[in-house]
Amino acid sequence: MTMREALNLALDQALAHDERVFLLGEDIADPGASGPTKGLSTKYGTERVLDTPISESAIVGAAIGAAMEGFRPVAEIMIMDFIGIAADQIINNAAKLRFMTGGRTSAPITVRTQVYGGIGTGATHSQSLEAWFMHVPGLKVIVPSTPRDGKGLLTSAIFDDDPCIFVETIRLGPQRGMVPVDPGFSIPLGEADVKRPGSDVTLISYGRGVVEALGAATQLEADGVSAEVLDLRTLVPLDVAAMVESVGRTTRAVVVHDAVQFAGPGAEIAAILQRELFGRLSAPVERVGARFVPNPAPPALESQVYPSAQRIVAAVRRTLGLESAKTGAHG
Amino acid sequence: MTADRTVGVSPEVQRRLYELMTLMKAADDRLSKGIASGELQCVYWPPRGQEAIAAAMGVCLRRDDQLVTNYRGLHDLIGKGVPLVEIYGEMLGRQTGSSRGKGGTMHIANPECGVMLSTGIVGAGPPVAVGLAMAAQRKGLDRVTVASFGDGATNTGSFHEAANMAALWDLPLVLLCQNNQYAEMTPTEHTMKISQVAHRAGGYGLPGVRVDGNDPLAVVAALTEAVDRGRSGGGPTLLECVTFRFRGHYFGDPMAYIPPERLAAALEADPIPRFRSRLRLAGICSEADLDEIEAAAVTAVEEALTAVLTAPGALVDELDRDVYADPRNCPA
Repeated sequence: MTMREALNLALDQALAHDERVFLLGEDIADPGASGPTKGLSTKYGTERVLDTPISESAIVGAAIGAAMEGFRPVAEIMIMDFIGIAADQIINNAAKLRFMTGGRTSAPITVRTQVYGGIGTGATHSQSLEAWFMHVPGLKVIVPSTPRDGKGLLTSAIFDDDPCIFVETIRLGPQRGMVPVDPGFSIPLGEADVKRPGSDVTLISYGRGVVEALGAATQLEADGVSAEVLDLRTLVPLDVAAMVESVGRTTRAVVVHDAVQFAGPGAEIAAILQRELFGRLSAPVERVGARFVPNPAPPALESQVYPSAQRIVAAVRRTLGLESAKTGAHG
Repeated sequence: MTADRTVGVSPEVQRRLYELMTLMKAADDRLSKGIASGELQCVYWPPRGQEAIAAAMGVCLRRDDQLVTNYRGLHDLIGKGVPLVEIYGEMLGRQTGSSRGKGGTMHIANPECGVMLSTGIVGAGPPVAVGLAMAAQRKGLDRVTVASFGDGATNTGSFHEAANMAALWDLPLVLLCQNNQYAEMTPTEHTMKISQVAHRAGGYGLPGVRVDGNDPLAVVAALTEAVDRGRSGGGPTLLECVTFRFRGHYFGDPMAYIPPERLAAALEADPIPRFRSRLRLAGICSEADLDEIEAAAVTAVEEALTAVLTAPGALVDELDRDVYADPRNCPA
């Protein structure tokens, strides 16, 4: 099934199996729904799949209040660029309630949001802002790359006791893959997954970056370079052990993400790797992220902003000390 | 008009109102004295002058009714029944605090008393109160949620979003505006074109009521109506209680922005001496009764403070606790 169908199935099963779950957001009920919530209000009613006004702050605030009272609300912020409007509720209420009240209250909400980008929507409908939320103690940040992971991670997020920012990617929506239909299927938060084993370099990524990393790995294979692709799946909690194990073996790392490279998630990952593996790395950790510009609308420009297999391959070659693709695998 | 209301509220409840108001005042006075002298070290946003509103909450709300208040919340917390030892303990960073000392003055909660959240961010509370009210509605409970905030909060987007949503879904919510006439250092008339916060209610299709927030009986009457409306499925109410804060925005605020004659007039309308004389004139309390109530408040405050000052401070071990449900989720 597609990623969109997998996410729909996770929501469907959560609604079916737990009365505490309800969804709220803009245009999430039928007939206006077009994303992963499509069909759910018809099945479960508009009490449990609730269209809201365009009020991002109140959507998340309402989810928090209901979560404090034992519900498991799943709030949708339609496009991640809009999350700034709800940021106060996420950063100052959801993330901090448990700590500020010494554990007397908590906000186990899931905020689903979608990254556009790569589809010509321009600067305010395209950003990958996950680094903002990694920086706030108390939040969990999840970015799936496959339909299987999407279903398993969303199920975990909904029933997790902490507030989760669940980042979907519009360009991954039509992507197909095998998905367990068992309602009991979930993937623990904080466990990275090797999407492709390799021995010369580790491509560390998450979300759409994984697709580009796998493409790069295929190209590199033709040149005799064996690239491992490690999908982090969750940025908080971060599976440091899996990163260190993989890069400890390959001794080279390239971090790939659609978020802006400068001060992006890759900066933290690179810092951890140099701290844990100093002296064992064969090359500096490379990063391939979005260029430091507002996203342009024209496709010809936008394609220059995001990581591509080509840019990843070039970064891998730098870690290998190669001047060109033809000079061999182990420079 | 006020005489009629006096008739409507039983002598016992009126006495209770005065007990709560004097306790709030005594708690504020003691804290203020301690901070000013250097005896106590904490940040504090004093509600002195706004006691009638919180006392009315104290007699109108049930224990299971919920409250979302804010950093200027000492009086609200007392009104809702949070023990002074927890409030002072939290302000002074002791283990007796409601959050074992790590939340601080602005972030006091006690769910057993219905106090779900105190926000440090102006306007951040109403959206959460919407969610609490949604929860009550979904569970079929006849509980009411009160969101308590100042006039300044009604200029935030969060307030407008929450008010609209609460009205749209007929939520059991009271949007209680304690209009103390200043948003931090700026007078209300410089921050909104309308003359009454209550007028905003029409924009959301909900009832808007404005009362003298220094008259506890007027607040009781209006709050009772709003609470009954919410409890019986009639939806939310915006209740504006006009009052004044005597000590400025934060403790130590020189209040250079308040014209002396405006402050003098506000002090003249101090709700506590005003209600005191009314109780005596109505024959509800004798002078001796009133003295006794005031002395009891001071004693209760002193006992709580002594308990807090002899309690251990917040533990360093608390740092990693409660960041996540499972502390192992914290990055190293």
